[in-house]
Amino acid sequence: MLERSMPTPVAANPLDALAASSRPVEAARLTALGPAARLAFRGREAAISPAGDAFGVALPREACRSHQAEGRFALWLGPDEWLLIVPGAEPAPIFAAIEAATAGMPRSLVDVSARSVGIEIAGAKAAFVLNQGCPLDLSLDAFPVGMCTRTVFHKAEIVLVRLAPDIFHIDVWRSFAPYVWELLEEGRRELA
Amino acid sequence: MLIIDCPWCGKRPEIEFRYGGEAHIARPADPSALTDQEWADFLYSRTNPKGLHAERWRHIHGCGRYFNAVRDTVSDFFVVTYKAGEARPDIGGDK
Repeated sequence: MLERSMPTPVAANPLDALAASSRPVEAARLTALGPAARLAFRGREAAISPAGDAFGVALPREACRSHQAEGRFALWLGPDEWLLIVPGAEPAPIFAAIEAATAGMPRSLVDVSARSVGIEIAGAKAAFVLNQGCPLDLSLDAFPVGMCTRTVFHKAEIVLVRLAPDIFHIDVWRSFAPYVWELLEEGRRELA
Repeated sequence: MLIIDCPWCGKRPEIEFRYGGEAHIARPADPSALTDQEWADFLYSRTNPKGLHAERWRHIHGCGRYFNAVRDTVSDFFVVTYKAGEARPDIGGDK
């Protein structure tokens, strides 16, 4: 009988080959981000603040805002839905802490670390390149630093966060990542 | 591009949304007590007005929430949007 071992789903980043052959453009630098712990948290009122305490970052209650502390990010995705991201961390201990802190409360916590990959686009023309496929107003007035939202980039759904005036992070489903990456490359072809 | 005002997220482009049919249609509490005609009316009969129409929309590529909107079916103008569960604002048109 053949011995079969399960492949590790998070071992390879689908952007590895694309990122290796990417052309450097100072005005819109593209980076494929490494693995991260990602947790999808949804909960009723009672569970929200205990979850934030256990995570170490209060879950933002204002629409489309993110909080961060010590390398941990809490992104508001909906009135009862948050995406918790910790780059480079193992999801299991974070998951266990939040699960224990909200035990018995109406909530749902799912480890979605392997579902998506991260892309950073930084530089003076980052918003310009994103706007090739993202219809949102990315001016600092309408999309300030710390704002995050689910939106679309061309035909793919993405989670977009603005970490600094010219630094954006994109979180995109794994199988859509090459599509988004290549369209970002397309958008910055005209830049030097 | 048509801009829709999500009650949670604010003004967003139309392509982030999905249409959800007519709003304020309550499922009968006891479907087995209904005649076939009444059940068919609940399932299929809609007002389809020319003018102001209360309808459900979902901000599927945003907060993911359903909300209600009153839209003019002639001009495609969104008169008002409001959260699910709230009553239809009294702004005229067919109920």
